Amino acid sequence: MKKQVMKKYTMKHFVFLFALSMVALQSFAQDKKDSTKQGGQSSTAQSGTTQDAVYRRPFITSFANTSIGGYAEANTNYFVENGVTEGFSMEMRRFNLFVFSSISSRIKLLAELEFEHGVEEISLETALVDFEIDPALTLRGGILLAPVGAYNLRHDSPLYEIVERPLVATQIIPSTLSSIGFGVYGRTFFSDFIATYDAYIVNGLQDGIILNSAGRTFLQAGKSKEIFGESANGVPALTGKVGLRKRGLGEIGVSYYGGIYNRFRRDGVVVDAQRSLHIFAFDANATLGGILLQGEAAMNIVDVPDNAGEFYGRRQWGAYLDAVAPVWTGAVLDYTNAVLNATVRLEYIDYNVGRFAATGETIGDDVIAVAAGVSFRPTPQTVFRLNYRQHWTHDILGNDPVRRAGIQFGIATYF
Amino acid sequence: MKSITKKIFHKIAFLHYQTLVLMSVCLLALTACDILLPPAPAAEEVLGEPIDGLTAEQQATHIQGDGEFARIFGVAEGLGPMFNAASCESCHAGDGKGHALTTLTRFGRMNGSTFDPMITEGGPQLQNRSIAGYMPEALPAHASGVTHLLPPAVTGLGYLAAVPDEALLALADPNDRNGDGISGVPNELSPHEFFRPLPMHKQLNGRYIGRFGRKAGAIDLLQQVSAAYRNDMGITSDFISEELFNVQTGAFTGDNVPDPEVSASVVNNVVFYMRTLKVPPRRNADASNVKAGEQMFTRIGCAGCHVATLKTGASDIAALNEVEFHPYTDLLLHDMGAELDDGYTEGSAKTSEWRTTPLWGIGLSAKAQGGTASYLHDGRAKTLPDAIKLHGGESARSRDRFQTLSEAEKQQLITFLQSL
Repeated sequence: MKKQVMKKYTMKHFVFLFALSMVALQSFAQDKKDSTKQGGQSSTAQSGTTQDAVYRRPFITSFANTSIGGYAEANTNYFVENGVTEGFSMEMRRFNLFVFSSISSRIKLLAELEFEHGVEEISLETALVDFEIDPALTLRGGILLAPVGAYNLRHDSPLYEIVERPLVATQIIPSTLSSIGFGVYGRTFFSDFIATYDAYIVNGLQDGIILNSAGRTFLQAGKSKEIFGESANGVPALTGKVGLRKRGLGEIGVSYYGGIYNRFRRDGVVVDAQRSLHIFAFDANATLGGILLQGEAAMNIVDVPDNAGEFYGRRQWGAYLDAVAPVWTGAVLDYTNAVLNATVRLEYIDYNVGRFAATGETIGDDVIAVAAGVSFRPTPQTVFRLNYRQHWTHDILGNDPVRRAGIQFGIATYF
Repeated sequence: MKSITKKIFHKIAFLHYQTLVLMSVCLLALTACDILLPPAPAAEEVLGEPIDGLTAEQQATHIQGDGEFARIFGVAEGLGPMFNAASCESCHAGDGKGHALTTLTRFGRMNGSTFDPMITEGGPQLQNRSIAGYMPEALPAHASGVTHLLPPAVTGLGYLAAVPDEALLALADPNDRNGDGISGVPNELSPHEFFRPLPMHKQLNGRYIGRFGRKAGAIDLLQQVSAAYRNDMGITSDFISEELFNVQTGAFTGDNVPDPEVSASVVNNVVFYMRTLKVPPRRNADASNVKAGEQMFTRIGCAGCHVATLKTGASDIAALNEVEFHPYTDLLLHDMGAELDDGYTEGSAKTSEWRTTPLWGIGLSAKAQGGTASYLHDGRAKTLPDAIKLHGGESARSRDRFQTLSEAEKQQLITFLQSL
């Protein structure tokens, strides 16, 4: 259990260097006599509706009707878990390429090719075609992002001030959740409001969300590259979202994803009961008093066979809340509208809601997390982030939590 | 360079106040690292630490084994088709005692004067969980002996494994020659097919002494671990390569993962990990009431079975080589009377006989059991006094003496137990 505890000089040096660099940037910024303070811009994230997010990205280069763009993110990690550390390391999380083509006035194509950790995992995360009949009715088909929760639709790293993705968006909703599917979306406008809807049928999640190497109900393990090729059980999953945005304030959304997740039929013969999976999500964001608040809550209900035992949760839920406050706006080097944000995130997820049959005690298997930090945006498209985060993880029995904490520095930018 | 430095310091003198805030935050983070980064829990509060004095190679093997001990098996890795748990650690959280969630059920029946483990009906262990599309076992209606077994703590097992058989035989008193009412006997077992006798082992008419498991039904850790892989998790290994099938339903199909599902190296690494776990730490061992409680423990005869000190023999691990340690067990079987007779047994043990449970670590039980301790082989006792009350047979005399103690004396004894 015990591993060698490494000295923390590396992390201290890193914090110190970051502080010095920020001081230097600030100093040079004050040299620029034409620096113009503008209103704080905490991020690019909340402009437009969540539904827009897939298209509301910077595309930098165009050839005829086709544009390309993308984003990259990298970060450092220094974590300590109950006094034990693996030391300091760095990771190139993602390098994603976007391709957008306005094929005609009503037909658009968008694709996103993702490289995780170099070439450790390469996936075509999005490849969809939209045919707009009316703003209130657009047909969509291809590899699309399931509209469940807001984060799954708007997950580009440069949009956030915290390096890690919210736990609820990766553990309760298996973001990034994309699948081959077809459906419709649209929007309508009234007064200061924009109402949006999405509705699709998709190849659903598969066996693996239980009886997996995570040892718990884990929706991420139900994802498979095969879902881009065929349904595992011949029953499409349904997913949809409705959202309401008030201009100048924020947006709320409720969403659903559900279907049959197990391969209950082989060679036409029914070999198991059909087992369902439902995910319900609520998301909201608003800017109040200059502070951006955004969060999401989600719950899933999984039909777990009794034979699998209580290790696998029948219900899971989680939530997160981000608060982002611009604390300084000004000029740095050539950037006339640079922003320094302070941010905090509170998170909770419960992998297994319920009580043990044998004892009546509450089942553990939950995580409380808090993250705080500062981010610096020389432009809205680029963010430098310094985060501290800590997790308290209870095992299924609810024993004393394992504490894990550390500091991350990262950069993420659109290009 | 000098001018740049001077310029920076000059600028620092005129910093914007926000920058001062930023600097403060960063400096706070810098100076507060030791507070913000979680320290290791107090050594006396945790199990699962490696023994001191391991070589670098031994530490590497220990860590490798630790990883395998924590490894969770899914269907794709060979879990099942029937199982009780998906990892070693799910039964032995933090290397400590288990919980009702992972209690094992074993069964059998008496066939005349011999015990039938009902192998043809899926015995002796009930695999009560299964992968999708496969049925778990059901308890046969005519099983007359059914016991429920809490997973034990796994710390300090290397010390217990290294005690020479001769030392255990010296503690045995099958005919109660000393007249103390206690007559420990070893569980004599036929060796498993991959058993390799060591100098510490003593052959007894082709049999060897069992020392692991509630009934001392395993001779060595290799047997214990490889059996747990197969019977608890449905994971085949080079040692036991036959898949676990449900003979009750005639489902002789496996989990579609080629056997063996783990190699001999994996099993051996886990064995090494368990051999090299520290003994459970004591707390407040020098407190006067703890010492008084230990004297009471000895005076009323508990130490007749829960022998305080054993000594290892020669070992290939220096830290385990001929050292005294304090497990509070004699590793022998004792008749515990009708109170704890579940009608189930293993090896040469009678159904009422149980191996003396090592008491070390008993004070930390709750920390691995979700905060609520449970005692005895099946967790039926929720307090230590309750556990003592359920001692019968050879331990009845000590139990009765405990009942005659004053409340203060009882509390001293309990305090001593909680210090273990």
